[in-house]
Amino acid sequence: MTETPLVEVENLTIQFKTDEGLITAVENVNFHIMPGEVLGLVGESGSGKSVTAKSLMRLNGDNTVYAPGSHIRLNVPGKAPLEVLEIKRESQMIQIRGGAISMIFQEPMASFAPALTIGKQMVEQLQLHTDMSKKQATELSIEMLDRVGITEPSRRINQYAFEFSGGMRQRAMIAMALSTKPKMLIADEPTTALDVTIQAQVIDLMKDLVAEFGMGILFITHDLGVIAQTADRVAVMYLGRIMESGPVREVIRRPAHAYTQGLLNALPKLDDLDAPLTPIAGDIPSPLERPRGCVFHPRNPTLQPGSRYETEVPPMSEVSPGHFAALFPEDIPGAA
Amino acid sequence: MAEPLIKVDDVSILFPLGRRLIGQPPMLRAIDHVSLEIPKGSFYGLVGESGSGKTTLGRAMLRAAPITEGTIRYNDGEVDYDIGSIGKAELRDYRRRAQLIFQDPYAALSPRMTVRDIIAEPLEVMGLTKTRAETDARVREIAAKCRLNLEHLRRYPHAFSGGQRQRISIARALVTGPKFVVADESVAALDVSIQADILNLLKTLQRDLDLTFLFISHDLSVVAHVCDFVTVLYHGKIMEQAPTRQLFADPQHEYTKCLLSAIPSLDPDNRQRARVYRPEGETAG
Ligand SMILES: Nc1ncnc2c1ncn2[C@@H]1O[C@H](COP(=O)(O)OP(=O)(O)OP(=O)(O)O)[C@@H](O)[C@H]1O
Ligand SMILES: Nc1ncnc2c1ncn2[C@@H]1O[C@H](COP(=O)(O)OP(=O)(O)OP(=O)(O)O)[C@@H](O)[C@H]1O
Ligand SMILES: [Mg+2]
Ligand SMILES: [Mg+2]
Repeated sequence: MTETPLVEVENLTIQFKTDEGLITAVENVNFHIMPGEVLGLVGESGSGKSVTAKSLMRLNGDNTVYAPGSHIRLNVPGKAPLEVLEIKRESQMIQIRGGAISMIFQEPMASFAPALTIGKQMVEQLQLHTDMSKKQATELSIEMLDRVGITEPSRRINQYAFEFSGGMRQRAMIAMALSTKPKMLIADEPTTALDVTIQAQVIDLMKDLVAEFGMGILFITHDLGVIAQTADRVAVMYLGRIMESGPVREVIRRPAHAYTQGLLNALPKLDDLDAPLTPIAGDIPSPLERPRGCVFHPRNPTLQPGSRYETEVPPMSEVSPGHFAALFPEDIPGAA
Repeated sequence: MAEPLIKVDDVSILFPLGRRLIGQPPMLRAIDHVSLEIPKGSFYGLVGESGSGKTTLGRAMLRAAPITEGTIRYNDGEVDYDIGSIGKAELRDYRRRAQLIFQDPYAALSPRMTVRDIIAEPLEVMGLTKTRAETDARVREIAAKCRLNLEHLRRYPHAFSGGQRQRISIARALVTGPKFVVADESVAALDVSIQADILNLLKTLQRDLDLTFLFISHDLSVVAHVCDFVTVLYHGKIMEQAPTRQLFADPQHEYTKCLLSAIPSLDPDNRQRARVYRPEGETAG
């Protein structure tokens, strides 16, 4: 028996109406996430990771246009399949947000109302999505704060967001998102404000929940080390397109696309402190000037002038089982 | 060793923890008897657990957090200020000399101002430029240095991604030509490529403009590459202070060792569970 993916994204293209015209933030993106699976999403700033994540919960701004042919299908176990982009009523989406799907936002400050204590917000959210009493919800909230490494949680729960350090806010948000035991977690840079020891604790907690009840995670980060430690599969995005995807081991050990290679190369290396830091050459183009062909071609040092990548969009070619890259077949490593 | 630009002497910072209807709430010692010296022209790293007091200490150096006990001095050769008791006129001058790059680029940028106005604001507030043309020239120069697309200067920050916004706040902090910059998790929101780029930029600016940085970061591999000297904080106390190379080659304190071992490995087959640091005398659980 084949399992159904929790989320299936097909031909997702997202545009924004702006004063300067229609800009394309995400183009023709495909992926799926199985129950109990962690999919990592990496890529440079502005590549469309957050926009993609928010689309799963329809949280992009009013100026968003989802191009015809875009599909996001949610298959929450025990519920009827849902075409997210076809939902007309906001009330239908509200039932899903924070219940079946939870999101940890990139901007922790924006996720807590400044005038309410952390505890009040956690308890309200739990009561909205579960049948817990106030007492049970408070107890669970304290337990979750403890599990993300916040000391003295029963005192801390009565504090306001501004009284928390940056990393504590981020952990409180993670505790809140996980307390409803969602089937699907969207985690947008959830550990950027955390030091490595607490990051490791938080990642363990997420992995435990994946193992305990088959939660699926879309894990967005620019930290390839974190991806290596958590994800089963990874997708690498640039300017709204997926450049490479596959099992994490394959993609990190044998990156096929020059973009993935560039990202790995830019990492600071601990075994050679004198090595210069090497960014990918060139600038990210303005979204108003999307390059033709392969969007990465102007920054790709391996291409010769006049190559087909300047005018043609490469297909996702299979490099090894389950490992795909946006390359023409003749450029697959090992191809003749 | 160069003269210290910043001298922190036995500083403690206390905050109330929780609320009480009657009487004093219990107090939290966010910074607990900390002393350190930041040499002029250095890239000084401050690392430690989340909540250990890094932001609080950095803000105290900028006179943006209270100093409950002890003193912090700033001496750049031109002026010598006692930050805890600095006067109003001196504080205005100090604001130009010492700048902060924020931890949270979302909270930091006003949504109603264009990128140009956000970067220009410190110049205008402090009256550092005389004409609009001069302001514009300075804004464009620093924006270009921070690799912001100049066409974006007319836009509002909501249309930018996290990393793009962080570059805007870096440009804003550097536009007044400060001598001392507190960079609080300034590259945490950036992807590895732009991070490498910004770090190279900060290092170049440091050399060219003789800047001194307090670099607050969780990312030890970044600290290893850019900082000359590192202080490790845990629960408001200093655990270890050492030149970067020495700290990474031969960490002395158990907590430092714990931090170094927790750096996520790029090897998917080398997955480890978290190792939690327990100070001596504290029991697990
Ligand atoms: N409401 C909007 N209107 C116009 N443009 C937008 C809007 N939201 C996002 N964008 C643009 O879409 C692009 C993708 O942004 P997104 O936030 O998804 O990037 P990201 O990959 O998450 O980057 P980061 O790593 O910096 O968080 C950016 O160029 C951004 O400026
Ligand atoms: N304005 C405030 N009121 C009350 N408590 C505060 C305030 N500011 C900071 N604190 C407390 O001081 C301690 C240190 O916080 P600080 O923000 O300095 O930590 P940090 O080391 O920067 O952590 P992070 O790495 O998570 O940003 C925390 O326990 C925090 O809750
Ligand atoms: Mg983002
Ligand atoms: Mg901080």
